[in-house]
Amino acid sequence: MKKTDQILFFAFSVCILFLPLILKESYILHVFVFIGINTMLAIALNLLLGYAGQISLGQGALYGLGAYISAILSAKYGVNPWLGMGVSAVIVSAVAFIVGFPILKLRGHYLAMATLGLGIILYIIFNETVDWTGGPSGFPGIPNLKLGSLTFDNDVANFYLVWFFALITMFLALNLYQSRIGRALRAVSDSEVAARIMGVDAWLLKVKIFAASAFISSLAGSLYAHTVTFIAPASFGFNFSVELLTMVVVGGLGSVFGSFLGAAILTLLPEWLRVFHDFDIVIYGLLLILIMMFMPRGLAGLVSHLKAKVYVESK
Amino acid sequence: MLTVKNVNTFYGQLHALKNVSLHLKKGEIVTLIGANGAGKSTLINTISGLTPPRTGSILLDGFAIEKLPPHRIVELGISQVPEGRQIFNTLSVKENLELGAFLYLRKKGGRRLYEEMVEKIFHLFPVLRERCHQPAGTLSGGEQQMLAIGRALMARPQILLLDEPSMGLAPLIVKEIFSVIHALARQGGTTILLVEQNAKAALRIADRGYVLETGKVIMEGEALELMENKEVKRAYLGRDRKDIWER
Repeated sequence: MKKTDQILFFAFSVCILFLPLILKESYILHVFVFIGINTMLAIALNLLLGYAGQISLGQGALYGLGAYISAILSAKYGVNPWLGMGVSAVIVSAVAFIVGFPILKLRGHYLAMATLGLGIILYIIFNETVDWTGGPSGFPGIPNLKLGSLTFDNDVANFYLVWFFALITMFLALNLYQSRIGRALRAVSDSEVAARIMGVDAWLLKVKIFAASAFISSLAGSLYAHTVTFIAPASFGFNFSVELLTMVVVGGLGSVFGSFLGAAILTLLPEWLRVFHDFDIVIYGLLLILIMMFMPRGLAGLVSHLKAKVYVESK
Repeated sequence: MLTVKNVNTFYGQLHALKNVSLHLKKGEIVTLIGANGAGKSTLINTISGLTPPRTGSILLDGFAIEKLPPHRIVELGISQVPEGRQIFNTLSVKENLELGAFLYLRKKGGRRLYEEMVEKIFHLFPVLRERCHQPAGTLSGGEQQMLAIGRALMARPQILLLDEPSMGLAPLIVKEIFSVIHALARQGGTTILLVEQNAKAALRIADRGYVLETGKVIMEGEALELMENKEVKRAYLGRDRKDIWER
């Protein structure tokens, strides 16, 4: 990890640690639980899109698969939720690994189509296997996670639970970026042919990072299921996959802190825009267009651009 | 040391290489010349495993490599400098070089070997040291070509495949790069297969050459011989004005 990233990560973790003391039991703290989950999901997609340059429009469904497996194991079979979380992450990443072999041979639009197909198939399964998932009307009564006598059933506890995982994800993603594998991923993104003749097994590497991305998405899904205690297919559809894509692009491709910013903005914006009543969706769209027009490299790109400007002017 | 025997490569229906055979001896510079679409790059990609042949064999020191994936072939000591350089634009110069060391960097002592190799590359191309932390996409064309060669050398190849290193570069830079290639073979003992459109410059530093036309080897021989050959002169070297005058 770069020195600046280390400092930034440390400062960020401290801020997160003290946030509940400032926000108390407020609604915004409740929103921050979801920002944590979305940060994990955005980073998971960023590993594919920002690091390796591979698009996925099925992220929402992998997230849903994790949530459903966790829900079914804990509510129907009485499996310990922690264990269920681990089991679902392993299953979901195994699914991604197996599906990844054929679809990650594809590139660009074709890969987008294939991952979209994966998302749609899973979405149909969530809806149609009513005996397992409860179908369109949802899956209620998922137990909360417990640690000793502590039950994660309030916002403060959930905040720390979710952010514990989100911070670990951020830490690992930051480390990966500067590692040998991280460089290989970025090389594949720049020129796959050149990466291959440097000795990178590009196909296998893409499949592995897809599985890693699925693992993180599944964990986020399980956290969502156990904190909200109710899930329905609508949360894991195509729209949400596109929203994740927007978070990553608005935040900045390849930037871990950017993923957090993207997740935070796209989770908070709908809350803030509520004052505009029926026009909120218009303003939401307009803001996204403006961000993309004036910050094509996302919010993280804007930060590094400003840094470069200050640096030049100070000389 | 490398023998290509009756290789046939296809792109779908397109028969790109037709019964091509060639060999490289240790420490030699061999050049492949031919017009656009003759199959020069395909031959390079076939050797490095990117477009494996449908039939025929490729032997490295007697060991068949034609069915191996590219990353195994790099490991065995064949590195490629691809056409159009294909450097990693968003990565820094140093990171590009680290990718050249991808296969041995995780091994024991790999880090030290890597440091040694980086020093060698910086010695060979001092400008890369100055540009060390710059994104590779911001380098000039010549510097990018140097980086592409340096990156391939980082893998410590026995055989270096160069695909049109002079493409789009100023004559002075081409001269510098060709003298480095020459030195690599003569002093470093690296075996070199050089694909070039610039046949004159290539034949000048090469020991032997092959002429490719529409996927077939139509001629082969010592570089000097080829340079004097009427057909080669007419088709690839360009008629000298003097020759016309004399006629």
